[in-house]
Amino acid sequence: MPDIILDVQGLETVFKTPEGLVHAVNGVSFELKEGETLGVVGESGCGKSVTMLSVLGLIPTPPGRIVAGKARFNGRDLLKMSGEEIRHVRGAQISMVFQDPMTSLNPVLTIGRQLQEPLMMHIGMTRKQAQERAAELLEMVGIPNAKDRLSDYPHQYSGGMRQRVMIAMALSCSPQILIADEPTTALDVTIQAQIVDLVKRLRDELGMAIIWITHDLGVVAGLAQRVIVMYGGYIIEEAAVGELYTDPQHPYTIGLLGSLPRVDERKQSKLYSIEGLPPVLYQKPQSCPFAPRCKWVMERCWNENPPLETISPDHRVACWVDTKTGRSRS
Amino acid sequence: MNAGNDNTLLQVNDLVMHFPIFRGVIQRQVGAVRAVDGVSFDIRRGETLGLVGESGCGKSTTGRAILQLYRPTSGAVHFEGVDLVHLKGEELRRMRRKMQMIFQDPYASLNPRMTIADIVGEPLIVHNVATGREVEERVQHLLELVNLNPSFASRYPHEFSGGQRQRIGVARALALQPSFIICDEPISALDVSIQAQVINLLEELQDEFNLTYLFIAHDLSVVRHISDRVAVMYLGVIVELADRDDLYLNPLHPYTQALLSAVPIPDPIADAKRQRIILKGDVPSPVNPPSGCRFRTRCPIAESICAEARPEFREVKPGHFVACHLVK
Repeated sequence: MPDIILDVQGLETVFKTPEGLVHAVNGVSFELKEGETLGVVGESGCGKSVTMLSVLGLIPTPPGRIVAGKARFNGRDLLKMSGEEIRHVRGAQISMVFQDPMTSLNPVLTIGRQLQEPLMMHIGMTRKQAQERAAELLEMVGIPNAKDRLSDYPHQYSGGMRQRVMIAMALSCSPQILIADEPTTALDVTIQAQIVDLVKRLRDELGMAIIWITHDLGVVAGLAQRVIVMYGGYIIEEAAVGELYTDPQHPYTIGLLGSLPRVDERKQSKLYSIEGLPPVLYQKPQSCPFAPRCKWVMERCWNENPPLETISPDHRVACWVDTKTGRSRS
Repeated sequence: MNAGNDNTLLQVNDLVMHFPIFRGVIQRQVGAVRAVDGVSFDIRRGETLGLVGESGCGKSTTGRAILQLYRPTSGAVHFEGVDLVHLKGEELRRMRRKMQMIFQDPYASLNPRMTIADIVGEPLIVHNVATGREVEERVQHLLELVNLNPSFASRYPHEFSGGQRQRIGVARALALQPSFIICDEPISALDVSIQAQVINLLEELQDEFNLTYLFIAHDLSVVRHISDRVAVMYLGVIVELADRDDLYLNPLHPYTQALLSAVPIPDPIADAKRQRIILKGDVPSPVNPPSGCRFRTRCPIAESICAEARPEFREVKPGHFVACHLVK
């Protein structure tokens, strides 16, 4: 069995806002195995990005604060590292690609210069070596005339090309983990298909583990081996990819999958819709965070927040109700 | 396309919308963004025509040019038999009552300084269809129609979530009891669980008021769900138009085929079975589009004729139109 390279336990992150303390991540635990692709799915505000930013020490403090938790990577707790130490991990061993390729590149530096920076900082290449490697990297992500295009500025690249540059930069130091936060959300579908295709190819060539954060259950279906679904700062379901889509257990996952129209089939005349809105948590809930929108809701859901429990070797779910029978689990 | 019959609500003929580019001290015109370059279709009463394409393909511009929010460079738009392109002033205003629009961004399309009552009631006042107490009553009724609590009428947009704001936009569009609504990416700014709420609402309202929709979107799954017929745009032209099921089950244009194959399916088993066509490169600039067929620079099957002549938009079987030299 492949080794676990990232082990996050009981992570809690809060943000101080003028309206009060917002509990963004409320005790999230998950593992990432070597070479594995993990999809993290949820709607805006569910805590999926904050979880990963917390792990990498990228939460602005204040207003954010990590209240509890551990994140073991190569035997060390990332959350206990000093700024200097985690800077060496970030970009070199764990790297990140963000949603918006327009704002993640520096507009006044050439693409080449930006690609060389991590190489010189983390691996200690000379400028000349870094220059050559930068051209190779651009070629690797499929940019034509890579050598000539090193001296271009970001505005001379299209959105899809910029995202390729971001991926090249993230992979430049051969990281063990690539965290991609909605990397294709800002792109058109044909370009999204190009990027997903590229990431799959690079994964097979380089063998890094990937955490792919998205709201799009479609993209994850074709890419991940395991999927985590988040809601209200909790992991509410986790399963192997095939099992999650064929046998979803949590009412939220069921609702989410049911509310998606599909391009390959025509659904019933009306889409299944989840009434109400996702919560903003000013208090750590004592009840299930999904209870107000859940059609299976029972008495117990209002009094106790269900823990994430293993129901089969590949499947964990946080719900008091067995959605198959409509009765209480256990 | 064929001449409209009684059932045709809107007829668009060879619509062209170029935005001039000016340069230099004397602001000479040096070129044009050919956003829409000869688009023809018609919409039947009560149907939903889906207009899909990637960003920059001209789908939103087409919508705005139909409503005369942009004045088209050339071409004709007939609504209930009236040519909108040559209408001006009061006559155009009167036609606009019948045609409304729902915008993409529910944050930008509602004035933050106006209450919901003012926003939804404004069309009634502008078009002199109601005054005073009557406006108030109509607004209450409209809010109920879109499943919003009428007691929210005195609140401001920032007090609402994205999905609720989009309902307010829908209520505003319904205020003048239009027969035709252009929905310009109405759900793409919303969360997944909220999207289904708004789609269901639009469908219910269509049934109730016999509305006709032009549904502009980049999400092909949503368009398949809501549309009766679908038109696919690429770089300012329509490359294919057909009945929904015909288009999705039997796409003829290579761009449509690639576009459909690129949409991820939330089902790992079905997804793994699919043949994916990955297009090379990016969409060319509409300032200087390729000669002949506009898709030829990315087309996997392009031949020499594709660079020479612009393919005709022709009916290859009843109701199925395609613009490609290589489709028999």
